[in-house]
Amino acid sequence: MTRSTALAWARVAVVVAIVVLLEALCRTGIIKPLTLVPPSLMLTDLYRLLVSGDITDDIVQTFLEVGTAFAIAGAVGFALGALVHALPRLRQALDPLLAAWYAIPLFVFYPLLVALFGLTVLPLIAIGVGFATPAMMIATLTGLDRVPPVLRRVARMHRLSPLSTIWRVILPSAAPYLFGGLKLSFAYAFIGVIAGEFILSGGGLGYGIAYAYESFENRKMYALMLFVLLLAVGVNAVLQSLESHIARKRSRQ
Amino acid sequence: MSPTAPHASLRGVTRVYPGKSPVHALGPLDLDLRRGEFFSVVGPSGCGKSTLLDVLAGLNPPSAGTVSFEGKPVTSVPDGIGVVFQEDASFPWLTVAGNIAFGLRRAGVEAAEIDRRVDYAVGFMGLSAFAGAYPAQLSGGMRQRVCIARTLVMQPRLILLDEPFGALDQQTRLLMGDELLRLWRETGATVLLITHALDEAAMLSDRVGVMSARPGCFIDMVDTGWDRDRDSRIVSDASFGALTGRLWASLRQESMRAIGRG
Repeated sequence: MTRSTALAWARVAVVVAIVVLLEALCRTGIIKPLTLVPPSLMLTDLYRLLVSGDITDDIVQTFLEVGTAFAIAGAVGFALGALVHALPRLRQALDPLLAAWYAIPLFVFYPLLVALFGLTVLPLIAIGVGFATPAMMIATLTGLDRVPPVLRRVARMHRLSPLSTIWRVILPSAAPYLFGGLKLSFAYAFIGVIAGEFILSGGGLGYGIAYAYESFENRKMYALMLFVLLLAVGVNAVLQSLESHIARKRSRQ
Repeated sequence: MSPTAPHASLRGVTRVYPGKSPVHALGPLDLDLRRGEFFSVVGPSGCGKSTLLDVLAGLNPPSAGTVSFEGKPVTSVPDGIGVVFQEDASFPWLTVAGNIAFGLRRAGVEAAEIDRRVDYAVGFMGLSAFAGAYPAQLSGGMRQRVCIARTLVMQPRLILLDEPFGALDQQTRLLMGDELLRLWRETGATVLLITHALDEAAMLSDRVGVMSARPGCFIDMVDTGWDRDRDSRIVSDASFGALTGRLWASLRQESMRAIGRG
């Protein structure tokens, strides 16, 4: 067994141990049912909810919001990153703002967004975009910074057009950073949307969890929380595996 | 174009990098490269050797003077010139074969012809077993061979090499030098090699141009007198030491100037 395989198994063992411990603590009554339901019950409740179709609308709404926010943030973040990279003076002016972006509690603008867009999905998407765009922008800047100048010179020696240089040389060279930016953007869009749904929304998984909490539906709340957790971990695992695949090609084996 | 006309030439070329304190990097200098010759440029660090290569390749316009290749003025990167850079310029996202085929694909060469040229280059450079490997899986010397092969398959008539073996150990450099001489003989191309290694210049070249400290100008032009059919074994030739000594004698004062002791 290689070291990395052993580490992966060790991680799985830690998660399984925590789940088993929680199950035991809940089943023996050490943790009260009002505080936490056993993980096995969360799973069966989630299965029941999924099969019944009760949460289908919430899932669809959250997926659409996160997907839209992620797509906008990916495209806008990349475009802004490329633009700022091409304009060093603008970059000098924007660098401190970008560095401080995540110190701003974006949720305080929620009333303003509701006033602007109404009580629709748009404020939620706007929060998701606000969270995710700078991550993509910063990753784009870093990626473009790291393109070795010699590769641009190779492109010139092969007499590539500016567009072909971007497509054939610059983007592939910056790809690992761009992919990292997309991964981070997805996480931020997901967090922004779910948290936004908690505050003020009439649907979505975040709203579902908040509603279940307020109406003392503990089992539904935990089932939904488990779903959100599994979703985030699942998407992250897929993106991580794609990122590792790209990185493996470029690292000494 | 007359067969005796220079393959490439520079006339009164200077390069000044503008700015608050403009840097006069090169010239004025004149140079005629003879068709099919192996010409090396040696000089102290920072004397403008790489700038000279950039100007000749059309990557960097001269501030004054004219550059021509095959009788035509060089205003941008001309067809028929290939460059191998000092740094690792392999594309990490492409395999060895993909790297070598890069320029051919962009030039719209037919797939069968690409395969033929890539197969030949891979074999010629001793990379057959690594055609499907990525650059990260290769040593520094092998990556540099990939870059040389990528330039060669374009069949350039003038090959410019900017310290291509700078990062390699001495034995590998000697062997790479042999490979370079072999490909020079087989392709019949004109070669301009920028190097800081006097022994490398003495071993590989028909002619060596010695440059002054910045702004770089030619202060000596040395004909080596070697046969075209030579290889790294000439380092044991009695005249090899005298030739290297001659180059150092020309360069010593300039090298001291470059480090502020002249």
